[in-house]
Amino acid sequence: MGPKKQIGNVMITSIIKICGYSSILFVGLILVFLLKEGLPALKDVPLTSIFNVRWYPIEGYFGILPLVFGTLLVTISATLIALPFGIGTAIYISEIAPRWIKEILKPIVEILAGIPSVVLGFIGILVIVPFFRKFLDLPTGLTAFTGAVLLGLIAIPTIVSVAEDALNTVPPGYRQAGLALGATRWQTIWGVTVPSAKTGILTAIMLGIGRALGETMAVMMVTGNAPVMPSGLNALFEPVRTMTATIASEMGEVATGSQHYQVLFLIGIFLFLFSLVINIIASAVSTKQRKRAERILS
Amino acid sequence: MSSLNEPRRKTKIIESLGFTLLRLITLITVIPILGLVAYIILKGAPAFSWQFLTAAPTDGMREGGILPAIIGTLYLTLGTALFSVPLGVAAGIYIAEYAQDNRWTRLIRIAIINLAGIPSVVYGLFGLGLFVLFLKFGTSILSASLTLSIMTLPVIISTTEEALRSVPNSFRVVSTSLGATRWQTIWKVILPQGLPGIITGVILGLERAAGETAPILFTGATFFLPELPKSIMDSTMALPYHIFVISTQVPGMPIKIQYGTVLVLLIFVLGMNLVATIIRSRARAKRQW
Repeated sequence: MGPKKQIGNVMITSIIKICGYSSILFVGLILVFLLKEGLPALKDVPLTSIFNVRWYPIEGYFGILPLVFGTLLVTISATLIALPFGIGTAIYISEIAPRWIKEILKPIVEILAGIPSVVLGFIGILVIVPFFRKFLDLPTGLTAFTGAVLLGLIAIPTIVSVAEDALNTVPPGYRQAGLALGATRWQTIWGVTVPSAKTGILTAIMLGIGRALGETMAVMMVTGNAPVMPSGLNALFEPVRTMTATIASEMGEVATGSQHYQVLFLIGIFLFLFSLVINIIASAVSTKQRKRAERILS
Repeated sequence: MSSLNEPRRKTKIIESLGFTLLRLITLITVIPILGLVAYIILKGAPAFSWQFLTAAPTDGMREGGILPAIIGTLYLTLGTALFSVPLGVAAGIYIAEYAQDNRWTRLIRIAIINLAGIPSVVYGLFGLGLFVLFLKFGTSILSASLTLSIMTLPVIISTTEEALRSVPNSFRVVSTSLGATRWQTIWKVILPQGLPGIITGVILGLERAAGETAPILFTGATFFLPELPKSIMDSTMALPYHIFVISTQVPGMPIKIQYGTVLVLLIFVLGMNLVATIIRSRARAKRQW
């Protein structure tokens, strides 16, 4: 090998290595720039007024609690809606459906994953909102519940594909053993297959929650954008405002560097931390699962 | 005898009830998806005309076409590809072919998982802070494309890694035994074998970028432009943002134009999806291992 070739090899290898490490750099950059723009808010606005129930930036009220609870309300309801359908569909596709139905169902779920959230928000405004107003007899269809339904729809493809992967990695021997013991397919699914895949299914749920938590456009378009504290179960059928929607709808109108601008970045920091926690839980769960599988196989 | 069969029959009934329930749940999940797509096609198709696809909006967007939004989305998707494809594929190669199983590699993995989970609007904030303000690119195609690129990276990296890992190890062993260097093996043997998988992942990543609104809200998208952007430092109209604008900000917007615009975006995005699916199934059919 000539020395020229040697140098070329070394160069390519180092370029690839740098690219490989770039993700760490980008996560770092994101954190640095969120902190740089958002942390000054803590200097000017006291913590007690940030963790307050009144969000009215024009008069200097920056209480983010209504936004945090709005996000929690919509995300939790969306998860509850998406869970039975997501997990149920995953079990059906992986355990019950014949091959040709599988080949039809998987692309359909992928279509849903591909539909941009702004399109779902659009259909939400024009079709689902008027429908809920009439059907549930509400003063407005722009409610937390409408947002939860759309977010549920958005979370479903994530839940289905991750949960289905988890079910597929359960060794066929487990199912055969269940059936050989005289269990029906149904009993095998619930007694053997699903419990063996439970950490993977848990990861699916966590990633679904993350998807719902971070969604912006659809939820901004259909939840009515009212930054009020949700109280009681009724709040589900009243307008709310999530953290993501607040950033998206107000950032365009604020002066760069103003208090309002800084607080919006601060909300971004909280969102970043929320998604960090959810993803770390999700990946910790699946690493544990892999380690266990390795132990069993070795 | 019949009393012995009684519990057996009961479990059989439970099983068929359970299967029916799961079939029902799947149907309830799948039918709205198909209904949604069919509905948008039906309502949007009447808006399609030569003028709709090739003219700029007039009369406060209520008349005319959506050409600037279509071109804008094309520019943003291409800009995203230019940055995220080389970087993402190279990173995928590093993780699949070079990286050892050590603390740094685990850190890279955690970083990728987190990039994938960060809410899109937070990418928008980041793009605003870094590209628009700090690097002074302004609200421009450049800032928006760079923001979308970083958002797309995790998809491209992980699909590249997966595609390369699925190439059997014997390919590497044979190539190395013939005297090829590691890079020659990757470039001449492994990459061509993994290419269909990589292309599929790239398309799926770009598909997401093309449909995103939140990351471009403050980094490059603009409400209305009378003419097409002339350089990458200009801001641009884009289909997703345009849909948001005409469905929430413009009173008296004709329904037909709204659905027509949504249909154009849907064709764009689902068309990419279809291409990816075709590439994947073709490659699977042709694969020799």
